[in-house]
Amino acid sequence: MDVQTLTYIVVGVTFAMYIGIAIKTRAGSTKEFYVAGGGVPPILNGMATAADWMSAASFISLAGIVSFVGYDGSVYIMGWTGGYVLLALLMVPYLRKFGKFTVPDFIGDRYYSQSARTVAVVCAIFISFTYIAGQMRGVGVVFSRFLEVEVDTGVYIGMCVVFFYAVLGGMKGITYTQVAQYCVMIFAFMVPAVFLSIMMTGHIFPQLGFGAELLDATGNSSGVYLMDKLDGLSTDLGFSLYTQGSKDMIDVLFITGALMFGTAGLPHVIVRFFTVPRVKDARSSAGWTLLFIAIMYTTIPALASFSRVNMIQSINGPESQGVPHAEAPMWIENWEKTGLIKWEDKNNDGRMFYSNTETNEMNVDRDIIVLATPEMANLPAWVIALMAAGGLAAALSTSAGLLLVISTSVSHDLLKKNLMPNISDKKELMYARMASGAGIIMAGYFGINPPGFVAAVVAIAFGLAASSLFPAITMGIFSTKMNKEGAIAGMLAGLSFTTAYIVYFKFVNPAANMSENWLFGVSPEGIGMLGMVINFAVAIIVCKMTAPTPQAVVDMVESIRFPKGAGEAHDH
Amino acid sequence: MSFEDAEKAKGYWNENLKLVIKLLAIWAFVSFGCGVLLVDILNQFSFMGFKLGFWFAQQGSIYVFLILIFVYVKKSNTLDKKYGVDE
Repeated sequence: MDVQTLTYIVVGVTFAMYIGIAIKTRAGSTKEFYVAGGGVPPILNGMATAADWMSAASFISLAGIVSFVGYDGSVYIMGWTGGYVLLALLMVPYLRKFGKFTVPDFIGDRYYSQSARTVAVVCAIFISFTYIAGQMRGVGVVFSRFLEVEVDTGVYIGMCVVFFYAVLGGMKGITYTQVAQYCVMIFAFMVPAVFLSIMMTGHIFPQLGFGAELLDATGNSSGVYLMDKLDGLSTDLGFSLYTQGSKDMIDVLFITGALMFGTAGLPHVIVRFFTVPRVKDARSSAGWTLLFIAIMYTTIPALASFSRVNMIQSINGPESQGVPHAEAPMWIENWEKTGLIKWEDKNNDGRMFYSNTETNEMNVDRDIIVLATPEMANLPAWVIALMAAGGLAAALSTSAGLLLVISTSVSHDLLKKNLMPNISDKKELMYARMASGAGIIMAGYFGINPPGFVAAVVAIAFGLAASSLFPAITMGIFSTKMNKEGAIAGMLAGLSFTTAYIVYFKFVNPAANMSENWLFGVSPEGIGMLGMVINFAVAIIVCKMTAPTPQAVVDMVESIRFPKGAGEAHDH
Repeated sequence: MSFEDAEKAKGYWNENLKLVIKLLAIWAFVSFGCGVLLVDILNQFSFMGFKLGFWFAQQGSIYVFLILIFVYVKKSNTLDKKYGVDE
């Protein structure tokens, strides 16, 4: 059977499975729709949250980015895992005890203010939309590369599948579908990584192979460590040292921080911990989530370096003389057809050469690093089919989670809590489904007509989450004194500073986007952390000058600080 | 109020804060410290075939994060029991 047919079969089977699960677990009430009835076991919730968290970008692009920038890629590795420590220690147990459905619910009640709720809703919707646009595009791209359909057709198919199980199933359907998607995704990612590790270092675990000695052509240890080889190749070919990178330390620090605090402020991550039965489950569920993420995130940098060495040696040959193009490995030929690898024989010697100097003849797309691993490791066609299913699982699971936040924000936070407080549970559920339908259509539109700035707006999403929601939530828990004036002023200050900085460097004056012009040398990607500091500072100053928090709110804060009596997530 | 008296409530919260601050100090030390600020110094040492600072940035910090969360789960559950506010 050829790759194409196999891919259709594997993708078809996984899609049928997702839809089947959604039908079996569909939501019947708003509570099931918003928080899966609050009865999800912590380990399963951890798996579902991990799938929700790891997007198409994590699956397809992250290893490629790390592979091309080495140490600089650590900002993503640490940034997208470290946030879970903040979630577990500072937020989820208390928010679970609070026991409502959404992040704006907490902000609105804690700061006894409709305006605070509105600011939070706007943040939640904006953050989720920027994210979902990229996911739908990811679905289209995976379809077009593996199944050779048009990107647009791929987006339509993706829209239909997500529509079906997110709209029907709500949080309950999504959670159980995501458990299945996690399994597909992690299996697809690990199989080629493990085989590549065995091929290059003889270790089954990529995490160990990462630090091991490379095997030579005869399968014996060559005495050269993978990392030393990589540093040697980087130096010889004019790249910056793999283990050192080229970003300034201050920028690395701020980007890592912005991603960590941003993770802890993302609504679609926070709401996941409202679905478990008890406070202690919320704590352990955050641990399970990080464990399931860590399986992939400790493999990513290993895979990045295996592929880097493999790619350079396949192109330049063991003696760095360049490999004649006619003798290039199959995978180079295959991916040249897609245009993701380009070869231009500048010196007309018929050999390929890859470097960071004028001798370079290759143009290699970063996404190759993951997509071509099955071929680099000489794995059979079914592994390639599995990669397609894995990439789709990553994109679909994240889209569904985001869609849920959008629909909840509209039906619950905007309609029920703001505009039409008297609607029935059934009506609210109907509006939630309509909102998620509308959300899919908009996401699909952006998938088909991608705005050129998707990558740029993801920086905004994390920046906003770090500079607005994270401080408001943590102050709401750890200070009984913080009042509505302080919180609102803080959110607005953090939000406007961060947005202005990013918009200036990304859209208004992109030419000036270099380290000499940055404030303290912090790039737009890392500015959210500074925005967060501003938020805290403004909030504390304003709070000191305005009326104290009402006693009822102080009592409420004190009651969410211990687990007893959490009960189920409720509406009133 | 689920605590016997206000004194107990305060004691519980203070112990909890102490635990959280301790764990977050380790969190910041391995990620911002070992992974970023001290990376050049640590890179002079070799660890399991890695430069130590690089290992912290791409592997070690994640393992420490995991340990931190599970230590917190265990300790905070014990704390809940001690003050009788567990579920």
